[in-house]
Amino acid sequence: MATATAPDHASASKAAKRPADQLPDATLIGWLKDMLLIREFENRTAQAYQQAKIGGFCHLYTGQEALAVGTIAALNHDDPIVTAYRDHGHALARGMSPEACMAEMFGKSTGCAKGKGGSMHMFDRPNWLFGGHGIVSAQNALGTGLAFAARYEWEVLGQSVEGGEAKKKVALTYMGDGALNQGVLHESMNLAGLWSIPVIYIVENNGYSMGTAIERGTTMASDLRKKAEAYGMRGEIIDGLDIVDLYNQFKPLVDWCRQEQRPAFVDLKTYRYLGHSMSDPQKYRTKEEVDQYKAKDSIDRLASQLMDTSTDRAKANGGRPVLTEQAFMDIQSQVKAAVQRSLEFAENSPAPDVASELYSDVYLNPMKNLSPIADYTIGAKNPLL
Amino acid sequence: MSSTTTAKEPFNPKLRRRVDDQGGQQLVECNLVEAITLTLAQEMDLDDRVMCLGEDVGLNGGVFRATDGLQARFGEQRVVDTPLSESGIMGSAIGLAMGGMRPIPEIQFEGFLGPAYDQLCNHAARYRTRSRGAITVPMVVRVPVGGGIHAPELHSDSPEAIYAHQPGLKVVMPSTPLDAKGLLAAAIADPDPVIFFEPKRVYRLPTREWIPEDRYTIPLGKARIVSEGTDLTLVTWGASVYQALAALDALPEDVSVELIDLRTIAPLDRDTVIESVNKTGRCVIVHEAPKTCGFGAELSSIIQENCFLHLHAPVQRVAGFDTIMPYYKLELEYLPDSKRIVEAVQQTLAY
Ligand SMILES: Cc1ncc(C[n+]2csc(CCOP(=O)(O)OP(=O)(O)O)c2C)c(N)n1
Ligand SMILES: [Mg+2]
Repeated sequence: MATATAPDHASASKAAKRPADQLPDATLIGWLKDMLLIREFENRTAQAYQQAKIGGFCHLYTGQEALAVGTIAALNHDDPIVTAYRDHGHALARGMSPEACMAEMFGKSTGCAKGKGGSMHMFDRPNWLFGGHGIVSAQNALGTGLAFAARYEWEVLGQSVEGGEAKKKVALTYMGDGALNQGVLHESMNLAGLWSIPVIYIVENNGYSMGTAIERGTTMASDLRKKAEAYGMRGEIIDGLDIVDLYNQFKPLVDWCRQEQRPAFVDLKTYRYLGHSMSDPQKYRTKEEVDQYKAKDSIDRLASQLMDTSTDRAKANGGRPVLTEQAFMDIQSQVKAAVQRSLEFAENSPAPDVASELYSDVYLNPMKNLSPIADYTIGAKNPLL
Repeated sequence: MSSTTTAKEPFNPKLRRRVDDQGGQQLVECNLVEAITLTLAQEMDLDDRVMCLGEDVGLNGGVFRATDGLQARFGEQRVVDTPLSESGIMGSAIGLAMGGMRPIPEIQFEGFLGPAYDQLCNHAARYRTRSRGAITVPMVVRVPVGGGIHAPELHSDSPEAIYAHQPGLKVVMPSTPLDAKGLLAAAIADPDPVIFFEPKRVYRLPTREWIPEDRYTIPLGKARIVSEGTDLTLVTWGASVYQALAALDALPEDVSVELIDLRTIAPLDRDTVIESVNKTGRCVIVHEAPKTCGFGAELSSIIQENCFLHLHAPVQRVAGFDTIMPYYKLELEYLPDSKRIVEAVQQTLAY
């Protein structure tokens, strides 16, 4: 059985290249761009919400960008992921177009779920995103099942169900810290530990479950790795605010889980800058606390690392920074334009067609004539069928 | 072991209060959610065994603010913030009730009853039977219910029929502040487990209403005749009562409709429904839940079993469609509206 102790990162010799060191400059610039995209996307989403273009509930990812971008960067494209309802960041990091994401929240037919799911239900099958989920923690069992399928494919079928060779995969299941307290997580982790399922449980630990601070809601909050230990899996604590550090610690873990086909659990420390949802008086925390985290902003941090001329990367670059001031500004305006386009796209897209969409996609074959609502008043055919 | 009322500050002094002209009764002006909070405070004032628990019910006052101000008045031991843990909340409420307390767990949205379903239906509902009356579960599970607030599925559903189908549970759904106050007080006094569904669309709508401030109860299992009529019986409950009222306004004046608000789904006030349909000979049932196996199916059956010889037309149901509640742009197409109700009424009258 795998030990549950965290590997000793400090001992990895300074000279040895860390995973992020081996990546080309363009990859790190790509991370920055993705994080900026998410930040801008969420800012404009908040505006659209205030203008009542987006309905219902809306949970923004602002502050947590490095987490989705950094963890997804450590995956292969076809490693499946599932997450909770704070899901715009994961969708964009996984490659969903801002247009499809924004249109979904506007409830438009061009959204990723045809405008029938909304903010909490971002699905992108081609990019192996198996959805945002509204029932806290339920996705943990689903992610376990996705990893089980991947292992089964590789071990039993010997080939991919989509054709081609089977390969070793890892599934990620993201959850908030509130999800730690639901029974389904514990059942899932037990199965994964017992059956050696290659799933990584990622706690996006932003310290609060709605208005409940983590120590008020969960035991062993100061060392969540203890929970992993109890289920016989490796547990790690990772700082999620510095994307380079995050990647350096997370990538080897993913590689290990893939290679060994073992589960793991990560307490990834992060922080959300905004309220839980769009209506949150935030009585449970102080403005000073929020400001403290904003001072450690992950986007600023990566941008200044890339603009620094004293880093090894800059030195390898002949003393020139990886990212110039001008290039940074260019990225910012590209990102602004992309999000603006997504808003215009969402605005101009048609609402779902009532006749074809209200009743569709409940079953593959809805058996129209057998439906008990075929006649919705006496003698009048249901106009929707 | 109920403690007597000591003279306490009136709860929520921001509410307008006045003395009624005729009887000298104290009145308070509330919307539905304020009526619920006020009732919780009054019941907790009266009986120390009554306590609330749930996610963010204390410090934050609940997602819909239904428990706002209770923790300040009664403290953290009687208004308990729980972790995110529906099965744990429901199960421990059952234990509290079996141990002699009067717990009032809150589940934030009807969709989150899912993780608590096992505790509710496999345990709470069955303890009286299982122990042959020796152990009972007097708890009230408060749950906001229904659509129309632009929320997605799991935050917009109407699962009352699922719980009415479970013997051992009582299912209540008030539609007005007056009823909410009296029914909640009755539910808390009830010796068996009650699910108290609160139609979230009308928590703050349509207007505030003057209701008696002093404690009163409305018996569970007693429907309310909203308006008397002779041509047709319209039966509904929860937020749909307001769509039914809009339909009455839209119908020609000479059509006389008897509108019944069930108020309690289980136990059902069969007598009021049967008596009315025997009088009018026509019935339309309205509910938000999908039509198939919705509670309208049960009502329709009861009517044909008991009113067969009086019926002039088949009983009709205006209901949600057999589909997952869609988000936002399609939501109003899904919910039964006054137009569909009017159509069904006219066709039933013309049959
Ligand atoms: C089963 C269930 N219970 C309650 C809720 C309501 N709810 C939605 S989010 C939330 C807090 C979750 O916090 P956390 O898991 O830490 O995620 P974060 O919002 O911090 O990303 C609650 C209580 C829900 N969606 N599902
Ligand atoms: Mg959290």
